[in-house]
Amino acid sequence: MSVAEQPADSGAAEETLARHERLRQVFHSGTFLTGFTIILFWVFCAIFGVFVVPYDPYADDLMNALMPPSAEHWFGTDQLGRDVFSRVIVGARDILTVAPLATLVSTLAGTALGLMMGYFRGVIDEVLSRIVDALLALPTVIVALLALVALGPSSITVVFVIGFTFAPIIARTVRASVLAERDLDYIFTAQLRREGALHIMFREILPNILPPVLVEATVRLGYAIFTVATLSFIGFGIQPPSPDWGLSISANYGLIGGGYWWTILFDGLAIASLVVAVNLVADGLQGGHDD
Amino acid sequence: MIGFLAKRLALSLVTLWLLSVITFAGAQVLPGNIGRAMLGPFADQRAVDVLNHEMGTDRPLLVQYGDWISSAAMGDMGDSYAYRAPVAPFLATALVNSAKLALVAFLLVVPLGILGGIVAALNLGRPIDRILTILGLSATIVPEFVSGIVLILIFGVWLQWLPISATWPNDAGFATQLYHLLLPSIPLVLILFGYIARMTRAGMIEALDADYTRTAILKGLPRRIVIWRHVLRNALLPTISVISTQTAYLIGGLVVIETLFHYQGIGGLVFTAASKKDFPMLQAGVLTIGAIFILASLTADLLYALLNPRIRIGGRA
Repeated sequence: MSVAEQPADSGAAEETLARHERLRQVFHSGTFLTGFTIILFWVFCAIFGVFVVPYDPYADDLMNALMPPSAEHWFGTDQLGRDVFSRVIVGARDILTVAPLATLVSTLAGTALGLMMGYFRGVIDEVLSRIVDALLALPTVIVALLALVALGPSSITVVFVIGFTFAPIIARTVRASVLAERDLDYIFTAQLRREGALHIMFREILPNILPPVLVEATVRLGYAIFTVATLSFIGFGIQPPSPDWGLSISANYGLIGGGYWWTILFDGLAIASLVVAVNLVADGLQGGHDD
Repeated sequence: MIGFLAKRLALSLVTLWLLSVITFAGAQVLPGNIGRAMLGPFADQRAVDVLNHEMGTDRPLLVQYGDWISSAAMGDMGDSYAYRAPVAPFLATALVNSAKLALVAFLLVVPLGILGGIVAALNLGRPIDRILTILGLSATIVPEFVSGIVLILIFGVWLQWLPISATWPNDAGFATQLYHLLLPSIPLVLILFGYIARMTRAGMIEALDADYTRTAILKGLPRRIVIWRHVLRNALLPTISVISTQTAYLIGGLVVIETLFHYQGIGGLVFTAASKKDFPMLQAGVLTIGAIFILASLTADLLYALLNPRIRIGGRA
């Protein structure tokens, strides 16, 4: 609905202006921009990294194993002689595929679940709420471990396992927003028009609760990266021979006592920079911190 | 109050039961044929059948579930496939070890987090507030194994101040145990600091803004007394519930930390069981962790209700 079509409705125009002002503030906040730039950098590495790195990230070179950082190998080489710099750059690829997909799955499933819980209330809400509580009673890593052992570890399984373990958390946020909307006049009007429940949930309510859902999804993306990295580290996530960061740390941290710090430190910093960046963006979207 | 208690307790039991169903489904139904999953795709079919019969996994699922849950309620968690011995003693030792690690982390993080929140709230909007908030937020989201290896590198390998393995010699006293637990507890502290500081900060801001605080200031009470008696007391209410909900995340973090630092706790136990496809051990470990969480959130709600009369009357499902 554009402003031009409804010149009489100055409220809508003001709202649009206010929204633009909020967006402008978000894009000008330092935290948001810092986070956004770092994410862009890693997305670039994930897509084009393979073409720009100096060495093949998969190529062994046993003659040059465990070399410290030097002019030829900026970040040194790992125990198979692979160039750590190239692996760190290309390592962004798998985690930046798996984690966003998992977030997408959880957002879709969680939104549908939360809409149902909030809209129907009553028995459906009670039953679903109890199941959600039970699921939330377990740490994500534990649920994921249980499911991954049962189904066998693979990137696809990780996407769905994280997707389904995060869905209840999104569902909770959505449910709370729906409850706040549910008794407003436009819902009542839609019901009078004899719109179906599905239409009301997805066409009437959903557009109005989208902002909190998107913020929650961004926060979840941070935790999805956290969880994918953790699962890869303990061997139940992304599988070899991927140059994935968590996987590389898991393969090399046994050497930690020998002082080969470069085989793990850069991967660790990569993970830290990515999760912190996503968190900064989420913080910026929330309009700074909660005050 | 009694009604609230009873309702809350009943809900916890329902959650616990659902949890047992989810755990059972995860450990017994999802893998399909348990014997096949354990012996691998190339094992002889007869061997698989024999193993399934031995473990009782060839019986109907409902019978298996009933059997498992009724023995678990009596404290018998079944036999480990990997060790061919009852699960319960392993679980007990692991729980004690994890409790030690978690205790060290909690004793460090609770005062630090509350202090951080108070400092941030008292300097609202100033750079120190912003720095504490961003640092807390960032520390919360960096995976434990990442902060763990960086800490190991700095304090274990370069400075050599702290041991890089959490396992202490057999006859180690209290001080030695603490010495070994210090490094592993720091990643957990980093994860929890942000949550506790953020809740304390939010509670403080609200309490600082409340009418009773203004009254206290207008009465001419010294600032220190206003903060101690009026602001903090109210501000810490939400913090209490955050602290107990964080137990679950703490245990999730233990899986990684205990693996990284070679420590035999509940997280390490679940991880080892998962790697060895030791389903009874896995199932028992997961159920225990869930039960601890439910107990913790029950305690949190009760404490909250006890400290805040409004909840007692209003009721909260």
